[in-house]
Amino acid sequence: MSLKRIDLLICCGSGCVSAGSLKIKEKIQAVLDAKGLLHEINIIETGCMGPCDYGPVMIVYPEGIFYKKVSLDDVEELVEEHFIKGRPFKRLMLQDEEKKAISTQKDIPFYQKQVKVALSNCGYIDPEKLEEYIAQGGYEALGTVLTTMSPKDAIVLAEKSGLRGRGGGGFPTALKWKLASGSKDNQKYVICNGDEGDPGAFMDRSLLEGDPHRVLEGMMIAAYSVNANKGFFYIRAEYPLAIKRIKLAIEQAKEAGLLGKNIFGSKFSFDAEVRTGAGAFVCGEETALIHSIEGLRGHPSAKPPYPSDKGLWGKPTIVNNVETLANLPTIFLKGAEWFSSMGTETSKGTKVFALTGDVKNTGLVEVPMGITLREMIYEVGGGIVDDRDFKAVQLGGPSGGCLTKEHLDVPVDYESLKEKGAMMGSGGVIVMNDSNCMVSIAKFFLEFSVEESCGKCSPCRIGLKQMLDIMERITSGKGVDGDIDELIRLGEAIKQLSLCGLGQTAPNPVLSTIRYFRNEYEEHIREKSCSTSVCLNLMHFIIDKNKCIGCSLCARKCPVNCISGSKEDKFIISQPECVKCGTCMEVCPVKAISKIPQMHPDVKSENERLRKQKENEE
Amino acid sequence: MKTLADLKKIREKAQEEMKLRGGNVRIKIVVGMGTSGIAMGAREVMKAFLEEISQRNLTDVLVTQTGEKGLSSMEPVVDVIIEGEEKITYGNMTPEKVKKVVVEHIVNGKMVSEYVVASGN
Repeated sequence: MSLKRIDLLICCGSGCVSAGSLKIKEKIQAVLDAKGLLHEINIIETGCMGPCDYGPVMIVYPEGIFYKKVSLDDVEELVEEHFIKGRPFKRLMLQDEEKKAISTQKDIPFYQKQVKVALSNCGYIDPEKLEEYIAQGGYEALGTVLTTMSPKDAIVLAEKSGLRGRGGGGFPTALKWKLASGSKDNQKYVICNGDEGDPGAFMDRSLLEGDPHRVLEGMMIAAYSVNANKGFFYIRAEYPLAIKRIKLAIEQAKEAGLLGKNIFGSKFSFDAEVRTGAGAFVCGEETALIHSIEGLRGHPSAKPPYPSDKGLWGKPTIVNNVETLANLPTIFLKGAEWFSSMGTETSKGTKVFALTGDVKNTGLVEVPMGITLREMIYEVGGGIVDDRDFKAVQLGGPSGGCLTKEHLDVPVDYESLKEKGAMMGSGGVIVMNDSNCMVSIAKFFLEFSVEESCGKCSPCRIGLKQMLDIMERITSGKGVDGDIDELIRLGEAIKQLSLCGLGQTAPNPVLSTIRYFRNEYEEHIREKSCSTSVCLNLMHFIIDKNKCIGCSLCARKCPVNCISGSKEDKFIISQPECVKCGTCMEVCPVKAISKIPQMHPDVKSENERLRKQKENEE
Repeated sequence: MKTLADLKKIREKAQEEMKLRGGNVRIKIVVGMGTSGIAMGAREVMKAFLEEISQRNLTDVLVTQTGEKGLSSMEPVVDVIIEGEEKITYGNMTPEKVKKVVVEHIVNGKMVSEYVVASGN
């Protein structure tokens, strides 16, 4: 192999791949080849680097120059400038507020508040090369644990670290292990829960894609601690790249003797395989997941018995989330004290979040527990897009709740969030600006939960549908007094009576938005008005006569022909017929058309007339 | 792989391969690749360095590049930066001179005075 002078790391996380990073890689290869440079440069596909909003992104070492939004047309110039002439290509570099180019990754504000533990290799190594993981200290923790610690010692270390489940619930990891290790059964299982289902969450996928060996090593440490010799990765079929990479990692580990019989010369033998899920949200619940692996329908069952007692095929089983497992190698390498020095009293270490929504730097971030929402949204996330105001943040997806401006200084840890009506969840963070209608947002999450309810228990199956009916009524302008109380009554009942976590948490988005944005619900119900003009039945378009130039473009483009007028009289929208498509507003050359929050009086009286007519008929 | 020592061996070799990303680098060779440098044959010089270093299996040496250095009349210009020592700048480099620099300076630690055009930072 000839000596290389440049390592070019191209982010090939799913975000950048969909933005075209693979095509860019091919083009770079072709251009380098044409210029006879190919053998001097290492091109490496890495996992997610984090700032997905800037994708496709790449980093060029040894300088560590960070390039963003690279397009096919940029490739020639980039190669010419950086790879031939050796000067950073300014146009593709990030710029700070004074328009000065930011050169290296560590100078980018997005990375500065972050502490990478689980993600430390993600975006830095080639996930398809075992050697690169080993170069970063990979499998050293496993080797040390197997050769110098007893399973009991390992559990004690995990306990001291304070690691809690990263999948949502926050159950202490060591406690789970202890329960399973108590059983004398000689067949036990470890399952890696990779059934990531929250809308807008992609932490587990990124970890499996970007650093699969880390998750595998974590699984083996867990297995050794509870004396299990077989592991399953349960990953949804929508994550083909994650599945491919973890399968490859298993193969490589087997070949290298890191997986199989008597690992590191110890008595510990282990084997792992991948099971793909069909993408049902409920299968993220551990008992449903176990049934799915068994080949049964993915329905949850009542606990107890807990899986640590009777799990997969009736054998003691521990189910740990991807990120939980990914933390283990570093914890065992650097020690429990190192890990527990980060975070708050009850929540130790770091947490990976998928930052999405109306925030400037969307992407994958890892921050110490206890960081405030303000730091996460404004410093890591770079603030709100379009210079609008922050309104709310939804944590924990369809199981979580939203928090508002007054909670911006709440530290992000399991207890603080729960107390405020949200939850850590698996790490989806959806930031919303003031153009969002909270009633519609809550309805969206509720729709998701209704869709994903497995139907086994009635509170969840029937109750959630009842709640959704009320939400639909409210957003379509048919809400009545008492709807809010009914939503709360149903929500509380569903939370208490449902069998599994899905039903127990599904009312949270509605309950938390009622808690913090009750005025919006009341406005929808009483005034028939959606102040953000998101609910189409509770808003209308009007044409400003003073601005209208009578060009008739809106009338010609209107799909339902509800706009009429003339050059002299100007144009007017007939409200009852309007379908609120917004085309008129888009095409108006003088911006004379605007959205008005409130059901139009004409529509209101028309609705009233129809209602009376119906009554009379009956 | 059966022991931690085996793992260490693999790790050391793999770290070698990843040294461009910030590993154990003792010597840095920086070739000036501005327009005038390239016109005077900086690419050939760069290639020669890569080949020489690679052939001799010098693992703690990194070859990289930079833009115009302002010494246009002495192009191609090359900096040799050895950890803990003054930066040495060579001028008017050719692939033949590269061989000599690698043998005498990089391997034996003695700079080739006749090619030096500047020293220090």
